[in-house]
Amino acid sequence: MNRYPVWKYAIIVIALLVGFLYTLPNFFGEAPAVQVSAAKASQKVDSGTQARVEEALKTAGLTADVISLEAGSVRARFASTDDQLKAKDAIQKALVPDAADPSYVVALNLLSRSPSWLSALHAAPMYLGLDLRGGVHFMLQVDMPAALTKKAESLAGDLRTVLREKNVRHGGISRNGQSIELRFRDAATLDAAKRVLADQFGELQTVEVQEGGDYKLTASIKPQAARTVQDQALKQNITTLHNRINELGVAEPVIQQQGLDRIVVQLPGVQDTAKAKDILGRTATLEVRLVEESSEARAAETGTGPVPFGTERYLERSGQPVIVKKQVVLTGDNLTDAQPGFDSQTQEPTVNLTLDAKGSRIFKDVTRENVGKRMAIILFEKGKGEVVTAPVIRSEIGGGRVQISGRMTTVEANDTALLLRAGSLAAPMEIIEERTIGPSLGAENIAKGFHSVTWGFLAVAIFMCVYYMLFGLFSSIALAVNLLLLVAVLSMLQATLTLPGMAAMALVLGMAIDANVLINERVREELRNGASPQAAIHAGYDRAWATILDSNVTTLIAGLALLAFGSGPVRGFAVVHCLGIMTSMFSAVFFSRGLVNLWYGRQKKLKSVSIGTVWRPDADASAKAE
Amino acid sequence: MEFFKIKRDIPFMRHALVFNVVSFLTFAAAVFFLFSRGLHLSVEFTGGTLMEVSYSQPADLGAVRGAIAKLGYQDVQVQNFGTARDVLIRMPAVKGVSSAQQSDKVMATLKEADAAASLRRTEFVGPQVGDELAADGLKALAFVVVGIMIYLALRFEWKFAVAAIIANLHDVIIILGFFAFFQWEFSLPVLAAVLAVLGYSVNESVVIFDRIRENFRRYRKMDTVAVIDNAITSTISRTIITHGSTQLMVLSMLLFGGATLHYFALALTIGILFGIYSSVFVAAAIAMWLGIRREDLVKGGGGARKEDDPNDPNAGAVV
Repeated sequence: MNRYPVWKYAIIVIALLVGFLYTLPNFFGEAPAVQVSAAKASQKVDSGTQARVEEALKTAGLTADVISLEAGSVRARFASTDDQLKAKDAIQKALVPDAADPSYVVALNLLSRSPSWLSALHAAPMYLGLDLRGGVHFMLQVDMPAALTKKAESLAGDLRTVLREKNVRHGGISRNGQSIELRFRDAATLDAAKRVLADQFGELQTVEVQEGGDYKLTASIKPQAARTVQDQALKQNITTLHNRINELGVAEPVIQQQGLDRIVVQLPGVQDTAKAKDILGRTATLEVRLVEESSEARAAETGTGPVPFGTERYLERSGQPVIVKKQVVLTGDNLTDAQPGFDSQTQEPTVNLTLDAKGSRIFKDVTRENVGKRMAIILFEKGKGEVVTAPVIRSEIGGGRVQISGRMTTVEANDTALLLRAGSLAAPMEIIEERTIGPSLGAENIAKGFHSVTWGFLAVAIFMCVYYMLFGLFSSIALAVNLLLLVAVLSMLQATLTLPGMAAMALVLGMAIDANVLINERVREELRNGASPQAAIHAGYDRAWATILDSNVTTLIAGLALLAFGSGPVRGFAVVHCLGIMTSMFSAVFFSRGLVNLWYGRQKKLKSVSIGTVWRPDADASAKAE
Repeated sequence: MEFFKIKRDIPFMRHALVFNVVSFLTFAAAVFFLFSRGLHLSVEFTGGTLMEVSYSQPADLGAVRGAIAKLGYQDVQVQNFGTARDVLIRMPAVKGVSSAQQSDKVMATLKEADAAASLRRTEFVGPQVGDELAADGLKALAFVVVGIMIYLALRFEWKFAVAAIIANLHDVIIILGFFAFFQWEFSLPVLAAVLAVLGYSVNESVVIFDRIRENFRRYRKMDTVAVIDNAITSTISRTIITHGSTQLMVLSMLLFGGATLHYFALALTIGILFGIYSSVFVAAAIAMWLGIRREDLVKGGGGARKEDDPNDPNAGAVV
């Protein structure tokens, strides 16, 4: 009765093998490495980059243990931090000649020392949280009301223009918070305006109000459109953050949306938090200026002459210099939107800009006077300007809708629109949560967590072995298997391990032994009641199962609640807690039964089992003799 | 080895009233302290900035306090953290000053006073996040309570569900009472510990209830009190051994886990100790007061039982 069919043993062996394989990378530790990734979306990191890295290392006389191309970055692993630092300098020199305009991010990192065949199996060590490896964590809140107000403002401007074009005479358009109020003299114009709105402004919903002799229309942004605005604002901010963080040279930054209006930024290994905060909190500004077209300027562009008085020299993103006048035509404040699109006639990719009322007026005048000349849109970040685009003005542009086209790919159009928005409409952000953990504290936390788990485990294992003898040994082995599987699953899922996570690991082991205690006590009880050893083992496992299931489900409910409602440290705890309960069911019941069956199952005439003292209340003497 | 050589069923239920009175008094004291002293909430809940600064020499807390007071921040708490060389500084959020500026300023001042001061970690939580965390914590608690009650009501009967939840919420309140009385810091990990304890100590009640159900089936002639007494007696060795094992783990955390895990482990310790007490002495007693009967659990005789649990090894044992 206590025998497992072969397939059950097969499952156990497979689980152990897989568990062992995926736990293995954790033992190899980490080696210093240099990681090269792209700083710009247009930059590709491929085998060519890898060759350049190898070349750079060779000329510097350094040998890397491994150089690999993985997930869009080249990683070179070194034996010592000394080599790592030297290599970083060498690669930096070779790949990033101009520090002011980096096309690659060269960052220090730690890489697993596990052999390549393990990496090929996607077996990686557990992903350590910031509290274990040190670094910075920020949570930023995007000011959505501000984004919506801005949108309403731009829509109000559009409304004015369109109503004028359609000859609908209104008695004033004003923005009130996130809604727009339109006043009319009579009902007929109000109806006309309503038709225009329904026709051209799908994003707005209107409510009619009659106040005395006044006809009033209140337009507000439809919830659906508002969501789009918020989505865009968030994506916008995430992209901007990405660009800025590239500058910091962080190996594995995490930038994630959380909820509807929040962004989480995690920068492992970053120590200079002041700089990180400075860079994250920076705002970009946008300026529109005219390009100087004089012959002196041409000479300055090609580098053969000095930059003429009253002008400045900026670089285009392609590296092409542009000489622009110092006088600013427009700033990003006047730009309300920038979207990639397609020209309706030529089907060329375009970038479509929308200006507010004041911007449109200025733009109309400037374009009328400068047809045929070039105009530059410059993005300033940290006092450094970069020309995003410098198109030729083909005709006078009125109405505040500007289309930039020509010699652009769809990707470029997207990038340009994004950059323009970055300088103008990114909704303001605020840091609402911040955590910094020094590297020494991280290492200490790992040691603390490790010691807690180890000593706790040993204490429990020794107690089990003493109290339940061989069955206790089986239970302890099952507990070790539980730990193995838990670490394997965490490594496989690449779930973030934090200090509370390690605490959960210890706690789960403490709780998992509960199942084995239940089983062992039950077996003892059956023996006490006079069952034969084989029957006692069988009944002990069978009857304990229902109880184990019940108790694990209740614990799991608590774990799931923590997972659902917890954040930050609690989540790390909950993930390990829930996974640990799952693995404990397998190891404590299925696996330990397998061990017992293997040991005792084949003995037909089993006289006694080694499960410690089976004390019988009615026969004290016989128990002692046992 | 055998610790529990119990010859006869211990008449736990005879003293049920006494235990319930004791429980009620502890509970009342916990509630009293919760209201009179309140919980000492960590910055995660209240919002504010927390800084851990490490010195090469044992730190002079007075000097640190003085230096920060000069910056004009109000209600700043300075205390040792773990060792005498580590200092924990807690500052409430100041309107109009970003956390970045606040912690940078404080650190600059401290460095001026002692160049060896190094920042080990900072934590800033905006007030809006704090409120959310508190709300989420309560939601999680509600989710656990409702989830466990539904599960127990399905698996057993509503009376057991109510008894188990009352018994274990009473543990939770007592843990909170301890934190309020000693003004220990109540942080997110502690909250996690409290909820984990809730799930864990319900286990205890489940094990005993399982046994009560089994006994109802097996010993047709026993009355409810005797059935409960027997159930508790026959599971008590397991109860104490498992809790002991879990406590060994928690003890290891308490000893090796350092200051960060200190209160977490402490909450678990109290939870485990009171968990034993409440499931042995309180849960079953409440179930008894609620009037559990054989008929509640063993429905409609033999046929229903087979439906319940076709593999029930007790099926043959019923007389």
